[in-house]
Amino acid sequence: MNAAAAYTTSTGEAFQFWVLAVVAVVGALCTVLMKKAVHSALCLAGTMIVLAVFYLANGAYFLGIVQIVVYTGAVMMLFLFVVMLVGVTAADSLKETLKGQRWLAAACGLGFGVLLLAGIGNASLTSFEGLGKANAGGNVEGLAALIFTKYVFAFEITGALLITAAIGAMVLTHRERTERAATQREQAEARVRTGKQVPPLPAPGVYARHNAVDIPGLLPDGTTSELTVSETLRARGQIRDVSGEALADLAALEQRAEARLGRIERAEEAGK
Amino acid sequence: MNPVNYLYLSALLFSIGAAGVLIRRNAIVVFMCVELMLNACNLAFVTFSRLHGNLDGQIIAFFTMVVAAAEVVVGLAIIVTIFRSRHSASVDDASLMKL
Repeated sequence: MNAAAAYTTSTGEAFQFWVLAVVAVVGALCTVLMKKAVHSALCLAGTMIVLAVFYLANGAYFLGIVQIVVYTGAVMMLFLFVVMLVGVTAADSLKETLKGQRWLAAACGLGFGVLLLAGIGNASLTSFEGLGKANAGGNVEGLAALIFTKYVFAFEITGALLITAAIGAMVLTHRERTERAATQREQAEARVRTGKQVPPLPAPGVYARHNAVDIPGLLPDGTTSELTVSETLRARGQIRDVSGEALADLAALEQRAEARLGRIERAEEAGK
Repeated sequence: MNPVNYLYLSALLFSIGAAGVLIRRNAIVVFMCVELMLNACNLAFVTFSRLHGNLDGQIIAFFTMVVAAAEVVVGLAIIVTIFRSRHSASVDDASLMKL
């Protein structure tokens, strides 16, 4: 310990720590507990921003900025992309494949946390050096001097790792087309050959009132036509059926509106 | 306040992430919990760097970030590939190493 060693940080930093630490822990808990993957991702992004502030408070100015740019900027957006691509319908299954696995897992996490905290509590860390001397020539300059001298080999290996990861991602997600795509003419000929639906599919919507893709068109007898709405919407159950009840509701609503506007009463007076 | 509190916070975040990896079944959320654990480690490294008064801890945290970025790219690519073949992102459905 030299004379520059300190024992406490400033009051401002302590206040900042206690406020933001709560935010970070709540964000982490929400990441684990939220049912939808999108909400988990947003909570995790919040935690990462708080961690970036902590890096800045700890004198790691370069890492604080990199945390925001790389983690919340790139990594979390990549997560959101994949959630939109994959997980919109993928709610977590609540069926337990192993009996009592959730509670055992939570207990394991708790026990592990207690062990870690007790370990840190037992270490005699009463004073600290602070980065004043190390950051004297600038944080980025100090990091650069270390990366390009002491850690230059690790730095080059990291470059190789990044290239490998980029190529790996391309290889994993690239799909080679095994057969030629059918041309428009071939599709038309196939349609005529099968003879099932030769003209284009009928349009959705009930033109007198509604004109939207999620509303099936009505057949002459008032029933809805399956052909008029997209199969995807039908599978998701996102179709609005306006053939029966919905129309009655609308009629009742219009009658109420007219009563409020006074049209019906006026009509009655005219009748007298 | 002693900066050791940052270490306590980092331990807390790490165990929350570890519990999440064990509890959740959605592969994407499991992956996010792994990221949380990596971030908690980074916080510990940065704090140690301050406690010791040199920048080596920050360098290690920097390398962790690079490795985490590479890991995310490959991991998400694997998740997308699994989803394409199984139409599910649940880790339960991928219990067999075949289709």
